[in-house]
Amino acid sequence: MGHVLRQIRFTNKAFWRNPASAFFTFAFPLLFLVIFTTLIGNDDVLLASGETIKSSTYYVFSMAAFGLISACYTNIAISVVFAREEGVLKRVRGTPMSAGAYLAARVAHAALVGFLLVAITVVFGVVVYQAHFPSGLDVVYFLISLVVGAGCFASIGLAVSGIVPNADAGPPIINAVMLPLLFLSGVFLTIPLDAPSWLLWIGRIFPVRHLVDAMQNSYLGLPFRWSDVAVMAAWTIGAGVVATRTFRWEPSR
Amino acid sequence: MTERVIEISGLRKSYGDLEAVAGIDLHVDRGEVFALLGPNGAGKTTTTEILEGYLPRNGGEARVLGFDPAKGERSLKERIGIVLQSTGVDKFLTVRETIEMYGGYYPSQRPTDEVIEVVGLREKADTRVRQLSGGQQRRLDVAIALAGDPELLFLDEPTTGFDPNARRNAWEMVKNLASIGKTVWLTTHFMDEAQYLADRVAVIAKGRIVAEGTPDSIAGRDQMRTTVRFRLPAGAPAPPAAWGQVPTGDGGFLLEADDATRAVHDVTGWAIEQGLSLDLLEVTQPSLEDVYLQLTGGEEAD
Repeated sequence: MGHVLRQIRFTNKAFWRNPASAFFTFAFPLLFLVIFTTLIGNDDVLLASGETIKSSTYYVFSMAAFGLISACYTNIAISVVFAREEGVLKRVRGTPMSAGAYLAARVAHAALVGFLLVAITVVFGVVVYQAHFPSGLDVVYFLISLVVGAGCFASIGLAVSGIVPNADAGPPIINAVMLPLLFLSGVFLTIPLDAPSWLLWIGRIFPVRHLVDAMQNSYLGLPFRWSDVAVMAAWTIGAGVVATRTFRWEPSR
Repeated sequence: MTERVIEISGLRKSYGDLEAVAGIDLHVDRGEVFALLGPNGAGKTTTTEILEGYLPRNGGEARVLGFDPAKGERSLKERIGIVLQSTGVDKFLTVRETIEMYGGYYPSQRPTDEVIEVVGLREKADTRVRQLSGGQQRRLDVAIALAGDPELLFLDEPTTGFDPNARRNAWEMVKNLASIGKTVWLTTHFMDEAQYLADRVAVIAKGRIVAEGTPDSIAGRDQMRTTVRFRLPAGAPAPPAAWGQVPTGDGGFLLEADDATRAVHDVTGWAIEQGLSLDLLEVTQPSLEDVYLQLTGGEEAD
C-alpha cells in the first residue's frame, strides 16, 4: 500500500509536467464544456425518463462523464503504451516493485484526476449556469457511478493498450475506439428519443451511455438504476480478462 | 572461499529455428568483474536477459545468487541492479526524483545524493530527464541500477554511444563499484573496455563460448608470438636471414618471435655492430582485439 501511494505521488508529478497529458486529459474536457454550452445555448432537453432539463445541465454531467473517460480510458491507454514502447515498463519489471502495485498506482492516479475533473465541471455548472446540485443519497449514488465508471474505463484502457502494436499507432487506435462511442452514446449531442433502434442498442451494450445515465440520474435525483452499474462492472471484468491476456512489458520485436 | 554469484550450465535458448544460445557454461564469483564479449547477435543480450529474469530458457541450468532467475522472485530482484541495453524513464521527472523513485522499490535504498555523486550527475541533479544528453541518460541508467544498493550489477553495453571522455568516466565508475565489492556482469563489444575493466572475460560467438580467461591470457594470448618490426636506413646491408624476417617493402621487415627479448637484442645488436641507426623499431604483443577477431572468425566487432 505504501508503495502504491508513493508511486501515485511520482506519477502525479510527471503527469502535470507533461504538457500533452495535462492538456488532453485535463484542459480538453473543460474546453468542451465551455464550447458546447456556449454553442448550443440553454434550450430544454427532453430525457428518456420524460424529464425536461436545461441543456447546460445536461452538459454538466455529460462533460463530467467525458472528463472521467478521458482521464481513465484515454490517459491510461496512451500512457501505458508510451511507457511500454519507451522501455519504462521493462525497467520496472526488473525491480522488486510489484506489477500489480505499479499498475494500481497508475489507475488510482487516473481516477483521482478524473474525480477532480468531475468536481471542477460540477462547480462550473453550479456557478455559471446555476445548475442543480445533488444532495443526500443522490451524492452517494453519484460517487458510486464515478468509482465504478473509473474502474470500468481504466480496465478498458489497459485492454486497448495491449492491442496497440506500437507507439505511433497508439493515439489513433485509442481514439478510434472511444470517439465514435462517445458520439453514439449522446455525450456530445443528445440522442433524440425517436433515434433508430441500433443506436439505442449501442447505448445499452457499451458502457458509455450507462456511465452518463448513472451520473445523470444521481445528479438529477432521478431513480438510480443498478443495471447501469452492473453493465459497467461486466465491462470491467471482461476488459480485465482481455488486459491480462494482452498486456506486454516490452515493445514487440 | 569464493562464492559463485552466477552459475550457468548447458544454457540454451532458441527463437524458432535460430539457436541464440547453444549450450553454454559460465560462472562468476563474488567481487569479480566479468565481461562477455561477442559480435552483435552472438547471444550476449539473450544470455544476460535470461540471467536478469526477462527471458525463459529452453534448456540448461542458471543460478543467480542461488535463485532460479526464471521464477522472477522478488527476493532476487531486491539484490540485483540492471542496466538494459535500451530502456526509458519518465522524461518529466528530475534526475534526483527518478533515482529516489526507483531506490524506493528496494529494501536497502542508497542515499540519493551518494548515487548521484558516483555517476557524476551532481550538476544535473535537478534537471528533468528529457533535458539530459545521451551519455547523461546512460549514467542515469546506471544510477537507477545502483539506487537499491545491489550486490550484483548487470551492465549490458553500458558505454555504447559515449564519447571517449564519458567512457573514461564510466570506466572509473565501474572500477569504483568493483572496489567496494560489487560483482559486475558486463557485456561489451569494446575490447579496450574489457581489457581495462574485466577480471575475467569470455568470448561468445554464434551462441557458444569460444574462449574464457583473463584479458591478458585468454586463448593463449600471453603465449602468442610477439611481432617485431624494424626499418633499415637506405643503403644498409641485408640483415641475417637466420632471424626469419619477412621484408615488407620500403626497407622494412617484420619478424615473429617466440622470445621477444632475444629477437630485439639480435636486431639492435646487429644494427649497432653495423653502425646503423634503425628508422623504426616496434615490438607488439597481440592485443585482446587480435585474439577476439581470430576467435570470432574475423567478424566485425560491431
